[in-house]
Amino acid sequence: MSFLISKTLVYAIPLMIVALAGVFAERSGVINLALEGIMIFGAFVGALTINLMQQGNVFGIIDLSKDMAANWGGMQLFLLLIMVITAIAGAVFSLLLAFAAINLKADQTIGGTALNMLSPALVLFFIRLIAQQSEMRMYKDDAATWFMVKKNMLGFDGSKDIGFFGETFLNKVYLTTYFCIILFVVLSIILYKTRFGLRLRSCGENPQAAASLGINVYKMRYSGVLISGALAGMGGFVYTLTTANCVANGDVAGFGFLALAVMIFGNWKPLNIAGAALLFGLFKCAAAGYDSLDINGDGVKLLLNLSKDPTWGKIFNPHLYRLVPYVISLLVLAFTSKKSRAPKAEGIPYDKGMR
Amino acid sequence: MKDLLKKNGTRSVLATIISILIGLFAGAILVLIVGLVSPRIGIKGAWDGIRLIVAGILCTGREAGSLTFGFNLQVIGDTLFTAVPLILCGLSVALAYKTGLFNIGASGQFLAGTCATLFVALSIPAGALPKFLIWILAFLAGVLAGAAWGAIPGLLKAFLNINEVLACIMTNWIAANLVTWMFDISNLKNLVEGTKTGYIYKTTYGLVNVNGQWMYQDGLGVATPKLGLDKLLPGSQVNAGILIAIVIAVIVYVILTKTTFGYELKACGANRHAARYAGIRDKNSIVYSMAIAGALAGSAAALYYLSGNTELSWEVYQKLPAEGFNGIAVAMLASCNPIACIFTGLFMAAVKQHGSQLSFLTSYNEYITDVIIAVIVYLSAFSLLIKTWIGGRKKTKKTKDINPVQPKDDNAATGKGAAE
Repeated sequence: MSFLISKTLVYAIPLMIVALAGVFAERSGVINLALEGIMIFGAFVGALTINLMQQGNVFGIIDLSKDMAANWGGMQLFLLLIMVITAIAGAVFSLLLAFAAINLKADQTIGGTALNMLSPALVLFFIRLIAQQSEMRMYKDDAATWFMVKKNMLGFDGSKDIGFFGETFLNKVYLTTYFCIILFVVLSIILYKTRFGLRLRSCGENPQAAASLGINVYKMRYSGVLISGALAGMGGFVYTLTTANCVANGDVAGFGFLALAVMIFGNWKPLNIAGAALLFGLFKCAAAGYDSLDINGDGVKLLLNLSKDPTWGKIFNPHLYRLVPYVISLLVLAFTSKKSRAPKAEGIPYDKGMR
Repeated sequence: MKDLLKKNGTRSVLATIISILIGLFAGAILVLIVGLVSPRIGIKGAWDGIRLIVAGILCTGREAGSLTFGFNLQVIGDTLFTAVPLILCGLSVALAYKTGLFNIGASGQFLAGTCATLFVALSIPAGALPKFLIWILAFLAGVLAGAAWGAIPGLLKAFLNINEVLACIMTNWIAANLVTWMFDISNLKNLVEGTKTGYIYKTTYGLVNVNGQWMYQDGLGVATPKLGLDKLLPGSQVNAGILIAIVIAVIVYVILTKTTFGYELKACGANRHAARYAGIRDKNSIVYSMAIAGALAGSAAALYYLSGNTELSWEVYQKLPAEGFNGIAVAMLASCNPIACIFTGLFMAAVKQHGSQLSFLTSYNEYITDVIIAVIVYLSAFSLLIKTWIGGRKKTKKTKDINPVQPKDDNAATGKGAAE
């Protein structure tokens, strides 16, 4: 059970944060279909930064891997620094979308699709040139051992069970998980409880009315897209760090699109999105970890056993587990489409002359 | 000259050429910067790279360290071969776009077509039916599978008002996983060539019964006839597929511009509610549009895999085929005109050939072509703006008078966004 919860969190966190990225863009009136591309870019920048810093021995981190337990605090600070860098990278990349959608009044769907094509192409182009292969790893060791917080680092006895709560939330976890949760809460409050948030949302509902009250719609939409880009870039890095061992290969397995589905399922509201992300995280977790997933802690690996069963195995196999998240999101879209309430002005370029 | 510039067609062509030039320029700049930064490549390597990006199709190889240029019939033939799926996927996106839908699901429809085509082509024993009949059955299977897969987002859009972009993205990934699953439990995995793993038989293989045991043998299967094109362009992979693609493009053009059916589809795209008021069944039209778009993407897959010189690495669940996304570029570059899709498809295929020449002859890699294509799609997002620039800024109002279709398209785009 504790494995299931921590693993679900690992998959849910990037979905949640990237879905919030979608909310910020769409609430300001710009459809951000480029989430996937921005995630890929953020993941690449994160992996590249770690790689270069290791090679250049910045902060002496190349030796840190030897005595991890002693220096884990420094490592976590380093991790935070990379998250900030990836956020900046994502924001810069999303400028392309902002410029096309806001200044040039371009078709936002095509613009987003273009960025989704551009990002993996650029990333793979550079990875091939830098790493001479089609993926970029960390220079030395891998992310799981580098950045993971284990119970012995927090002062617990490494060999003892520290209870359900401790095992789930304090052992073998990543700082990114908690950082993203805090960020999610803070940004949700900003979106709903501050003047800035209200103005941003008004630009996604009725930009002309907002403009008539003296709000600069261009500025608001730019901030919406930039925040969105920063969150998506960071989300991309969190995804590769926690589930793909910090390997950048120009791919985040459709997580950006899944995040869009989460956003629509969550009806563009943060609290619902958090719930939806957990649900999708659960399915992703079942797909990825079906062979080691022990649901109720009795040692029976239900999904693995089902896939090995001669009759049931024909249906319940890894293929089905991988398929389920997408089928569910399609079904969810089908059932919630009647109730779904998108920002009214999303996707419509703001034209000062139109009232 | 001014009158010529006012014409919508001329301005579309000019906007396309400008987009292409900017795209190539962006690629060249990237190559130059990388060349200057990396001592391994240097300015000479960068110059080679730039020349290959612009004119790789005319490159014959490398002699004494420097590139030689001339007519390379093999590369031209390969360009014609690669153009087939690009043209058809471009048509798929173009037809959907003309009818107010953004078909980002061409990849999934392509996969559905791949699966059906290969299953039919490889499951019918060689000799049970005449070869051309098997070929036709396999082709039709691909087309129908693509149509069925395309109809799903169409149905969801028409009856449940789900944004077709999201539905297409989901069906793409469902197709990728489903196709992997189908091939995993099939008997079509290539077991004859022992060194190769993870591939499905090429369609040149045929199913034969040797001493009571079913097995695959090379040379007995179906493959698209070459019609002498391979003699014209020796050494290349070209076959009759390119002619079929051109015929299909013309058919799509005729349907869209000369028939009532095509007019109804377009009317629904321009304004769904007005179309319904005029007595057009808008819901059916949306489903038809997506199904035809899917059929076109399916036919792309069928022709690509029936050619006999392509083989499928069947574990596709992690990566969607690039043809579908390149189809978007082909369609956007062609301003969604079916006939223009032939030319932009050929151009895109040439760019792809430039990419493979680049990775073959220099230290750069083929991903630069994807960068160029992405830049071109990005530019096409505001092609309307480029068109207005060409016609002169003041004429924005006049343009609307000359061509009433333009503002309609505009409304369709915004209406689509609002309906999500």
